[in-house]
Amino acid sequence: MFQKFSRTSGVARAGAFAALAVSVALVATGCSAGTSDPEASGGAGGDANLAITFVPKNLGNAYFDTSDAGGKEAIEEFGGTYDEQAPAEGTPDGQVSFINTLTQQQVGGIALSANDPTALCDAVNEARDAGVKVVTFDSDTSADCRDLYINQATSEGIAKVQVDLIAEQIGDAGQVAILSATANATNQNAWIELMKADLEANHPNIELVDTVYGDDDDQTSFDKTEALLQTYPDLKGIISPTTVGIAAAARYLQTSDFKGKVQLTGLGTPNQMRDYVTDGTVTAFALWNPADLGYLAAYATKALIEGTITGAEGDKFDAGKLGEYTVDADGTVLLGDPYTFNKDNIGDFDF
Amino acid sequence: MTTTTQPSTSTGSRLLQGLGSFARARETAILLALVIVIAIATIKNPNFVFSNDGFRNLLLTPSIIMLMAVGQAVVIITRNVDLSVGSTLGLTAYLTGRLFIDVPGIPIIVVFIAGIALGAFLGLINGALIAFAKVPALVITLGTLYAYRGINVLWTGSDRINASDMPKPFLALGTQTILYIPILTIIAVIVLIVAGWYLRNIRGGRELYAIGSDPAAANLYGLKVTQRVLVAFVVCGALAGLAGVLYTARYGTVNSQAGAGYELDAVGAAVIGGVAIFGGSGTVWGAAIGAYLLLTINRALPILGVQDFWQRAVVGILIIGAIVLDRVLAVRTARKLVEARDK
Amino acid sequence: MTTTESVITGNKTTVRTYKDYGRPLWRRLLISREAAVIGALILVLIVSNSTVRNFGTPITFYYLLLDVLPILLIALPMTLIIITGEIDLSVASTMGLSSVVLGILHQGGLPIEQAALVALVVGAVAGAINGFLITVVGLPSLAVTIGTLALYRGLAVGILGTTAVTDFTKSWKDFVKSKIGDSSIPTVILIFIVLAIIFIVLLHFTPFGRGVFALGLNDEAAKFSGINVERTKFILFVLSGLISALAGIYYTLRFGTARGDNATGLELSVIAAVLLGGVSIFGGRGALPGVIAGVLLIGTLGSALRLASITSDVINIITGTLLVLSVVSTSFLAWLHKKRTKPGGKKTGSPAAKS
Repeated sequence: MFQKFSRTSGVARAGAFAALAVSVALVATGCSAGTSDPEASGGAGGDANLAITFVPKNLGNAYFDTSDAGGKEAIEEFGGTYDEQAPAEGTPDGQVSFINTLTQQQVGGIALSANDPTALCDAVNEARDAGVKVVTFDSDTSADCRDLYINQATSEGIAKVQVDLIAEQIGDAGQVAILSATANATNQNAWIELMKADLEANHPNIELVDTVYGDDDDQTSFDKTEALLQTYPDLKGIISPTTVGIAAAARYLQTSDFKGKVQLTGLGTPNQMRDYVTDGTVTAFALWNPADLGYLAAYATKALIEGTITGAEGDKFDAGKLGEYTVDADGTVLLGDPYTFNKDNIGDFDF
Repeated sequence: MTTTTQPSTSTGSRLLQGLGSFARARETAILLALVIVIAIATIKNPNFVFSNDGFRNLLLTPSIIMLMAVGQAVVIITRNVDLSVGSTLGLTAYLTGRLFIDVPGIPIIVVFIAGIALGAFLGLINGALIAFAKVPALVITLGTLYAYRGINVLWTGSDRINASDMPKPFLALGTQTILYIPILTIIAVIVLIVAGWYLRNIRGGRELYAIGSDPAAANLYGLKVTQRVLVAFVVCGALAGLAGVLYTARYGTVNSQAGAGYELDAVGAAVIGGVAIFGGSGTVWGAAIGAYLLLTINRALPILGVQDFWQRAVVGILIIGAIVLDRVLAVRTARKLVEARDK
Repeated sequence: MTTTESVITGNKTTVRTYKDYGRPLWRRLLISREAAVIGALILVLIVSNSTVRNFGTPITFYYLLLDVLPILLIALPMTLIIITGEIDLSVASTMGLSSVVLGILHQGGLPIEQAALVALVVGAVAGAINGFLITVVGLPSLAVTIGTLALYRGLAVGILGTTAVTDFTKSWKDFVKSKIGDSSIPTVILIFIVLAIIFIVLLHFTPFGRGVFALGLNDEAAKFSGINVERTKFILFVLSGLISALAGIYYTLRFGTARGDNATGLELSVIAAVLLGGVSIFGGRGALPGVIAGVLLIGTLGSALRLASITSDVINIITGTLLVLSVVSTSFLAWLHKKRTKPGGKKTGSPAAKS
């Protein structure tokens, strides 16, 4: 019940504390001074600032690892500086802080895969006002807040290939569910709308019972798959248009009673899905080459920075080993068509 | 001195007395609640229990939180709290994956020991700061929660452990069952039994209760308060480390966010299970049942048509309800004791 | 059956330090924990300016102030709460809840002004629930606010799911990010300055504030000297909820997103800054200028590190470590002092101490 108190010499406390803060600050900025030069410095002197930073939806995502590696390859080819920044979770406000920092750092260009179509617009437009070129790839923002959009394939094509695959695998009749990524992602919502339209128009015997969100987090997607299978005992198929979701769902199905009874398809990378295709958990799935997507995005950003194109329809630019590309309406550049992977061809790819 | 009626020592009434206290115990109440929740979910969808998958998941999914709740109960009994267990789980889960990738052919038991050791070490840091510097556990573990998670993200970078990187026997641990009971659950139950027995029958365990009830009195009585608190935190960290290894076995894929938010479930499970937040009472059995109750409610919500977005709100309501109940009971007991004394 | 020590600490031997009024004013002001923090802040600013590229630009300070504003706002009532020996862990969840309320109501057609008002009321109610459970029911604030942390966050996520409302009136979003005249100081800083003045006057110059300090030192003695302990604590928690809701509204308009997940983890930054700024975790001691310097210190460190391309996890490690060190250092220095003033050891302190 007795409280001891003592008068500590103010000098000692002030001194100790100042020393602590100084040492922390010095260590931190000392580290930074060492690492900041190669990474964050833009093209000092010289004509064009070819420091391009990739901002994917989140970190720890194999799909973006590949696409950003493709971008890095392109940037090193044309002599720019590459960096990658992203939040750990796929949230729009996480991306806003990084875009703000990049604006302050005065990079040349940003290649962005957006977590939301409108929430990023303010930050992106501030960046563009400061002279930074912003190119979206994989997931777009609304057209007035980016300079170009690199689309991997037409949204209709992506939606159609997945619907066709699942229809074929479940015999064109039964209940299906969608395991998506985050609820706001532009590309996910675009594809899901088109899938619903396609199902209604062309597959009257297939019923879409639910759309759940795995947030592009492996454990969440795993648990959501478990919940889906438990809640809908008559489920015949799951479509997962996200590489994280399909890998997690496949892993759950592999050790579950439903393996073989519930079909799974969607967008996945060959390396992650190889095991599941070989042992029959998954029959077929689709994707494109993410490395090419990142590569093309980097070259498009370079063309914008150097002033070769302005993003208007009909602009042409050179994209290294991919050849020459033309800008379509709405500032979109199309990479190609989706590709279907199955047991026969999955051994041929390594990404 | 008032004369108290001696309880008759015949075995019959002793049995009745034992049954009576069992019936009134907090643990029984939440066990009953758990059974009710399972019953309601099963009525809606028999696959919840009566299918291979369903039964396995029923027992398997909560085992990881159960381990953490047991460790948390030990710490809360000493009137402290450990908020950093989620980050500890993340670090040991990533360590597990890294060991399997970087040291091919490493025996699984070595990985288990490494995970537990890392967890114990992280708990030791917490315990040392709290016991020696005499600073509130809340603040320290809040700081280490973010520091450890930051170290985890720094170490992981944008990397992730994939299920294909791990040996099949280890992953099989995550789903295999012996007589329909998953192996992970068996491990967790063994730990639970050891912890429960230690806290009740071994002197060191009983001293934890004394320290939690009244630290000043414990100090004056001569108990080694610093040492016991240190051990409590080491145990909590070690159990979180073990939970991390089991997490990797169950989910197979580990990224830098593994275990984020689990500390809330662990503290909630302990509090719901009857471990008083002011320390000094409660059992690890209650914490374990609390963990099962919490996670089974979470899994039952989608079946009952409630969006699983409401899970965290359910946890919050249960925690608040549990501590209000504790307080009401404590006030009532105090009043009864005063009345008895004044009679 | 009340406990006299703060329940957070759990032990009865608390170690506090007090201003030594025997020393001259300049010594009291300059050589204190608060001065140390302000000195550290200036130091970090100078060092960052010289070593980190792009740090010294106006736009950096603009973003820094915008980023740090929620923490500045919430640190004001949090300081008072910690001085009374309690704690409020639910502030970030209240932010999220008010953000969701704002988003849902605005999406439903209500103009932003009215939606914001409702969100503020929701925040005050949330704080009142905390206050009720702590003062009337008598529960420890740690447990209650852990529970409400989960509950309010759960309500926020439950109401909105994982979607985000991103459609807000452009004029309000622009206002939140507008600058004063031609400088790069954000207009919203004025709101903070007004609130800071109110709180500084409240804490340091009114009887209510003296009551808060007395409460923190010994709430039984405070009750017997006529301070209404329950009402004081209740008011503080309501204020905390209200200001958290205000911060949540600002956060939503600044990022243009109302999500259930908004501002997760912010309570760490607030508590770290408050403790860094010299407020004792055991209660009864602290001053707002030090806290404001503490918030700016953490914000500047974060901004400088982000500009130097150091990832946010390192910033979290540093914040967590600073929190731990600032609490441990007080204990350590008090222990040092005790060792030095043992009989036979060197005596310090003013002549007035010897009796």
